[in-house]
Amino acid sequence: MTDDQTDPHTSPGYDDIPGTYVFDAKQSRKGYRLNMFCMSLNDPANRDAFRADESGYLKHHNLSPEQADAVLNRQWLRLLELGGNVYYTFKLAACDGMSFQQLGAKQTGVSEADYVAMMVGGGRPIDGNRSRSEPNWTGPNNTRGAKREIEHG
Amino acid sequence: MAEVIGGVATSHVPAVGVAIDKGRTEEPYWAPYFAKLEPLRKWVAELKPDVCVLIYNDHANAFSLALIPTFAIGLAESFRPADEGFGRRPVPDVQGHPELAWHLGETLILDEFDMTLVNEMEVDHGLTVPLSVMFGQPEQWPCPVVPILVNVVQYPPPTGNRCYRLGQALRRAIESYPGKERVLVVGTGGMSHQLQAERAGLVNPEFDRNFIDLLVDDPEAAAQISHTEYLREAGSEGIELVMWLIMRGALQRDVTEVYRATHLPTSNTHNGLLVLTDCGAQRNPAV
Repeated sequence: MTDDQTDPHTSPGYDDIPGTYVFDAKQSRKGYRLNMFCMSLNDPANRDAFRADESGYLKHHNLSPEQADAVLNRQWLRLLELGGNVYYTFKLAACDGMSFQQLGAKQTGVSEADYVAMMVGGGRPIDGNRSRSEPNWTGPNNTRGAKREIEHG
Repeated sequence: MAEVIGGVATSHVPAVGVAIDKGRTEEPYWAPYFAKLEPLRKWVAELKPDVCVLIYNDHANAFSLALIPTFAIGLAESFRPADEGFGRRPVPDVQGHPELAWHLGETLILDEFDMTLVNEMEVDHGLTVPLSVMFGQPEQWPCPVVPILVNVVQYPPPTGNRCYRLGQALRRAIESYPGKERVLVVGTGGMSHQLQAERAGLVNPEFDRNFIDLLVDDPEAAAQISHTEYLREAGSEGIELVMWLIMRGALQRDVTEVYRATHLPTSNTHNGLLVLTDCGAQRNPAV
């Protein structure tokens, strides 16, 4: 138990949790237009319009150039970094016909078969994944920073 | 006077809805999970609640970032299943109970829980999957539903303690309703799971077992679990467990555990099922 939720304006230890974006005020403000674009895909007519002309559709949603690139290139981790929330970015994935397990595989850089096998085998273990300070936190495949570099590159 | 006749907690995994809707429940992946539903379904079928108050979170369907109510209550005559981005679930519309819902909304606000009142909304898998979990595939759902929605997407969600106290207020509100409705309170979401980023796929069955133990025997302690502890130990989407605390608060301090089951995996989630009644309430001999 901790008492670190008493002041929402100080970081309550979120940053120490590895491989996780906490959708706080900072992320929400950054990602508002990105997430609202994703929300628009709840309408089947909008899904058709987006599939027909992705770039043209995005022009109506005032995304930042970085956000638009991440959408067009389906950079799933980059979308989270740029303020996306997974319940919203999943709508983009679903528009591509993906399941949540397929999105999980994409986000963690493994095949769908390997991801499903991990879940059937008991899921990603908590041990080693609690804190960025744990000596064996290396991310699913590599360090978080290295993965970001690859995606940004 | 209406009465609370029991509490159910269940995960609300979208893939469970897909498995039911597409007739995959007998497949080897799904059959062991659906076998664990049978005691719950039998208990609910014999209980025959007049109405369910079902606590869930919207997943960017009824609400978006444009408007984020911390607590909301659905007042409508009926609620249509939402298109969440991949078509609507082929399940019946959900009948509401406007008279009870308005009473609960008014009573909770005067009891200092400031509910957002919702006259029109569609309902997503957070509500319809628990109905499928409890009732299977009927042509019509067997009873009306009063939806209570909790924000757990935008930080900060309400604290576990706030949710527990809302559950206590919910019981007072139900018991002050002049009808004779027998009300089943259903808390949904969880258990441990993470859908996002590099830690996607994280589950923590030990945390979940301890959470159920605390919820049953020491709910005040369960209510003190912080947001950071949920995030760290139960994954970023494990925060949904605060909604189990609303159900728990609607029961008496001492409860009888009628049924408990967990299953790993259902898609990305360590799935949990729990049935509680007030201590001393008639226990269903079938379970």
